[in-house]
Amino acid sequence: MSVSTIWVYTDLTQPEEGHGEPTSTTLELLAKASELADTVVAVVGGSGDSLAATLGAHGASKVLATGDLTGRLPGPPLAAAMADAIAADAPDAILFGTSYDGRDVAARLSVRLDAPVITNIVELNEVDGALVGVEPVFGGNTNVTTKFTGSTPGIFLVRPKSFAAAESPSGDAATVEALAVPELGAVGAAKVTNIHVEETEGPSLDDAAIVVAGGRGMGDAEKFQAVEDLAKLLGAAPGASRAIVDAGWVPYSYQVGQTGKVVKPDVYIAAGISGATQHLVGMKGAKHIIAINKDAEAPIFSVADLGIVGDVHKVLPKLIEAIQSR
Amino acid sequence: MNVVVCVKQIPDPAEPGDLDPETKTLKREGKLILDESDSYGVEMALQLVDNAGEGEVTLISMAPNEEVSGLRTALAMGAAKAILISDPALAGSDALTTAKVLAAAAKRVEGADLILTATESSDGYTGTVPEQLAAVLDLPSVTFAKEVEVGDGAVKVRRQTEAGFNDVECPLPAVVSVTAGVVEPRYPSFKGIMAAKSKPVENLTVADLGLDASQVGWAGAGQEIIDIAKAPAREAGEIIEDEGEAFQSVVDYLANLKII
Repeated sequence: MSVSTIWVYTDLTQPEEGHGEPTSTTLELLAKASELADTVVAVVGGSGDSLAATLGAHGASKVLATGDLTGRLPGPPLAAAMADAIAADAPDAILFGTSYDGRDVAARLSVRLDAPVITNIVELNEVDGALVGVEPVFGGNTNVTTKFTGSTPGIFLVRPKSFAAAESPSGDAATVEALAVPELGAVGAAKVTNIHVEETEGPSLDDAAIVVAGGRGMGDAEKFQAVEDLAKLLGAAPGASRAIVDAGWVPYSYQVGQTGKVVKPDVYIAAGISGATQHLVGMKGAKHIIAINKDAEAPIFSVADLGIVGDVHKVLPKLIEAIQSR
Repeated sequence: MNVVVCVKQIPDPAEPGDLDPETKTLKREGKLILDESDSYGVEMALQLVDNAGEGEVTLISMAPNEEVSGLRTALAMGAAKAILISDPALAGSDALTTAKVLAAAAKRVEGADLILTATESSDGYTGTVPEQLAAVLDLPSVTFAKEVEVGDGAVKVRRQTEAGFNDVECPLPAVVSVTAGVVEPRYPSFKGIMAAKSKPVENLTVADLGLDASQVGWAGAGQEIIDIAKAPAREAGEIIEDEGEAFQSVVDYLANLKII
């Protein structure tokens, strides 16, 4: 048995209309959906024509597109449009990547359909013709598998990097159909008045092969510079724990963790990071983990391949010097 | 300006979590404390009411065993009153049900201009309740607010995005979820803690909210856990105490991987 139809919500990399490419998470979901279902449909909040080729190549046979939604938050219009379309022809399941917009749309759709959402999914399996999702709990030491018991489409919010995108996408361009957005009134009245894209130099945290991240153990914003220096030296992306992003030492774009980015680099160096569950969730998938922390009991050491119990302010400068002199 | 803050009372995150093998739900037996994520929402609400010069902050919490410890903490910070929904029928409730319960309680607060929440709880981290709450109440919403300003019947929010941030304007009443760090939460004063003991906490059951037991808890969740398995643990590797030379181990490790 296989699942008949899966819809995949399309997150776009650039928020401005006409300049977006599907995010890597979207492509990962399209690949997984193609593996599990006979038919894959991509849902786009925006214009679909420019995306039909890419989405089709990655497995979608059809694109449902609302048309330009510039200036609007996606939750209310997408949920309303999708609910109407589902009333006419329901898929078996709907996949959303865990992104700011994905969560909003999935949540509002869940209320529209009176259907539950399961979140933080890292694996999807087919059991008796229906999709079930696997979610890691307690920092990842336990996996819980959940199935839906009702007749509404299963709504899944999937973590980034759970699946691999197609390596050689080769599907035909998808057909594009309009997804009508009904009049919404006050519920859709929020207006996006400005879009600000943060400038970043160097490799992006999402794709970097090496990440050097710092946490509260770095002491203060100034001393965090050692993390940036080491990152630059190794051609790595700098990262940070939530604690220091909240404290304002570094921008949110540096944040690795449950909220923030999930990274799977070849090497992850954690300096002065204790390894709270929130953080581990974002980097446990790294191939090699090196941790430096003065607390021998720090949870980060339970996932580190190489752990140094010591003062980051003593270890990092020597490490940097040793690398520089090679 | 009347602000409602939906807060969660959770087991102390410092204690390791556990699943009850019978019910397959998170064990919530010991004392529950105010989720740290909610301290930001409470603080934001208090500041907005302060700035407006009038109004009050009402807390809403859905918790087992009529737990109030976390609510008292938020009341000690300065919230005026609380609504606690506690009912054995709620055991096993999922995010959607939680949103319906919180919404039913929120509807009872007169003159609420704004409802604040965290972006996600620290123990469940499903992250959908704020937007589901807004949808049940048929209100506009802005999630992941890192800056919030209220004026002229609208809320102006700087909303976190993957690429940076967006500025969003939303008419009131609305639901806004706030990120950690949106404000610096105050520590309750001794006076606040004492005052909190006598601030009103209204206790409601599922029936009081006009909901049916079949719509909530396990009965209403629309999902079932079919497997719980220990995940293969990532093994810890080598741990070295630094006596001045540990940096060399890192150099060797990286050299071995041909990174340097």
